[in-house]
Amino acid sequence: MKSYETVEDLPDGPLAALEAVVNTGSWRTFRPVIDRAACTKCNVCWKFCPDVAISLDGEGFPVVSLEACKGCGICAEECKPGAITLVAEE
Amino acid sequence: MARLTIPEPELMRSGHAACPGCGSTLGMRYLLKGLGSDVVMTIPACCWTVIGLPFPYTVLNVPMLDTAFETTAASMSGLRAAADALGMKDVTVVGWAGDGGTADIGLQALSGMLERRTDGIYVMYDNEAYMNTGIQRSGATPFGAWTTTTPIGVAGRGKAEPKKDIMGIVAAHQPAYAATVNVAFPEDFVKKVQKAKGIHGPRFLHVLAPCPPGWRFPPEKSIDLGRLATDTNMFPLFEIEGTTYKITRKLGKAKPVSEYLKVQGRFAHMTPEEVAELQAQVDARWKRLLALEAIG
Amino acid sequence: MPQVVISGNSAQAYAAKLARVQVVPAYPITPQTTIIEKIADFVASGEMKAQYVKVESEHSAMAAGISAAALGARVYTASSSQGLLLMHELLHWASGARTPIVMGVANRAVAPPLSIWTDHTDTISQRDTGWIQLYAESGQEVVDTVLVAFRVAEHPEILLPAMVAEDGFYLTHTVEPVDVPTQEQADRFLPPRKTSGLLTPGVAGRYGSYIGPDLHMEFRAKVAEAMARVPRIFAMAEEEYRRITKRDHGGPMPLYRCDDADAVLVTMGTATTTARSVVDAMRDKGEKVGLAKLRMFRPFPADQVRELASIVDRIGILDRSFTFGATGAAHTEIAATLYGSPHRPMLRDFIAGLGGRDITPQTVTHMFESLLNGRGPEIEWVGLKRRTEVIGYG
Repeated sequence: MKSYETVEDLPDGPLAALEAVVNTGSWRTFRPVIDRAACTKCNVCWKFCPDVAISLDGEGFPVVSLEACKGCGICAEECKPGAITLVAEE
Repeated sequence: MARLTIPEPELMRSGHAACPGCGSTLGMRYLLKGLGSDVVMTIPACCWTVIGLPFPYTVLNVPMLDTAFETTAASMSGLRAAADALGMKDVTVVGWAGDGGTADIGLQALSGMLERRTDGIYVMYDNEAYMNTGIQRSGATPFGAWTTTTPIGVAGRGKAEPKKDIMGIVAAHQPAYAATVNVAFPEDFVKKVQKAKGIHGPRFLHVLAPCPPGWRFPPEKSIDLGRLATDTNMFPLFEIEGTTYKITRKLGKAKPVSEYLKVQGRFAHMTPEEVAELQAQVDARWKRLLALEAIG
Repeated sequence: MPQVVISGNSAQAYAAKLARVQVVPAYPITPQTTIIEKIADFVASGEMKAQYVKVESEHSAMAAGISAAALGARVYTASSSQGLLLMHELLHWASGARTPIVMGVANRAVAPPLSIWTDHTDTISQRDTGWIQLYAESGQEVVDTVLVAFRVAEHPEILLPAMVAEDGFYLTHTVEPVDVPTQEQADRFLPPRKTSGLLTPGVAGRYGSYIGPDLHMEFRAKVAEAMARVPRIFAMAEEEYRRITKRDHGGPMPLYRCDDADAVLVTMGTATTTARSVVDAMRDKGEKVGLAKLRMFRPFPADQVRELASIVDRIGILDRSFTFGATGAAHTEIAATLYGSPHRPMLRDFIAGLGGRDITPQTVTHMFESLLNGRGPEIEWVGLKRRTEVIGYG
């Protein structure tokens, strides 16, 4: 990945084009844990995640990216079957 | 397994610097899901300047141009003119600006862009204060709200003036399309974006973007709060095409505003009299909206 | 080559048309208005295929210009005085974003009191913004310099915006015969704009961005380096322009009868024409005087100034503006340029012509006499109406 350290490294105009480096998982104090048995695969958690941290696996279950998840708790709050619990990080 | 109710492709990446629970990021996510990738976006100084990460990173999968604080709409006009001159036919020009950058310092440029009928979609994400600079009041701050420049004390009771009616100002310019959208109602949000995309001319979207640190509520409540905003008529969902109004969500009976106010720290100081004054303002505005809809 | 009798403002418009400008965001202000009116006529008649954006302020004009240029369009705009001042924030933005916009400026005094007449306060106030700054003396110079400005601004080693200034009313509204290049000559001189490295639809990227202390200074260094390359690229562009049109205007600071001069006056804009006729009149009487025309203010032509200082002992600077708390801008910059030089001629700053006050042959003759007899203050507001003596202004 290109690194920018000196004048010579910089583009002419201030054009930023590197993909975001995901490390916002380090912000968390709580992380969501999904109970697959209770999950109805309604996709609401995927829909409401502000950090695009929830993806859906081949079976339709939500998977939380621990690199991205900030622990805001929206998914747990919005999950109607109560399949998501927030667990404190150590 | 439930069918997805909004488009699947993501044009916004993880790793952005927004506060946990930020409504504006959901707004951006839904906007881009509705528009697709044929977009050139211009963004002024606002939360999204910082959310979008510093040089050399970007978090959006569309080209984005930073512009000066008050210039979003003028920047849109320049993009559209250049796209037309260069034969870029299928590109949608989008402006994405905060409430301060739109309703206050950006109002002149917005009016100019609407009046000269720039073909583009101006999206105002409304977190109801100058949040990026630390929660100072804007014209869009609701009546009674605490902010750092409308603090509570012997001589201060929060914002003394009602929320500026930005949709009313936009309506005066007879936009090709304008609508209010709320991150708590993603299907309605995306549907309106897709509708806007299919219309030519000056278009405007007013996004309600709940802000946990600025409104003083826990981040997991963002969506719940968004719902309450609409269901108490604090933030009605409606569309304008030319001069025709259409309300897109009507409950049988709106919830009292006190339900919305009591879950936000920024309203915690309000007396029953002040709440009643706000309720009266909200009721009057809703009544006026119904009347505007009835004109047809 | 067709010759037309046109105003300085029309010359701006002709140049923009010949440059095949693609986007013109414009807002009217006296005495620039006839530039954008002429362009509006060209567009309406189909002669010019540009997108004319009728912005609601000069600030929005520059904002729209920057975004249009960021997407790859060739952009021209024009302003003056209060309008130029209103754009100030965005002038910095245009150079920092490396957008090669060319702007015509009708030099006009600033308020209060409101004045529509000429001086250089407006453009001098923008000398820190990273724009190339050029001053024109005639309609011919306007049309030629605007075309050269596009070529220099868009050069991949430069990528900086440029302003071409002309004195309000004295040049904007006076008509002279002008050789307007043909479209074929203009196309040969100015190819379409190369647009790599900017915003591209379909390609993710963020243009502008924000940054901490780690690299901001390095971005500013890039602008400084680009500006430092302007003299070489400008000379190259003017040489090529001369090959195509047989005309050039003498580089950043052309000299007139300076070789054996006892005193030289440095002028900018239309005062140059008056000063040139005074030089001839005084030479006829045996007084050895000369004239240096400061065409390029940014980048400041340090080499040419040091060269002049090596051949003449007395240099007067006619500043048509004043920097409060210091001296006239050209005087300040000439003095700074000569600080380390072995040649230290006498320098006199003559503040004249503010707010459109006429600079007459008598005014200029007084300046030369003052230089030649060595009497008089270091800074003199020539022709200032006052009854009492003043200790100093700067």
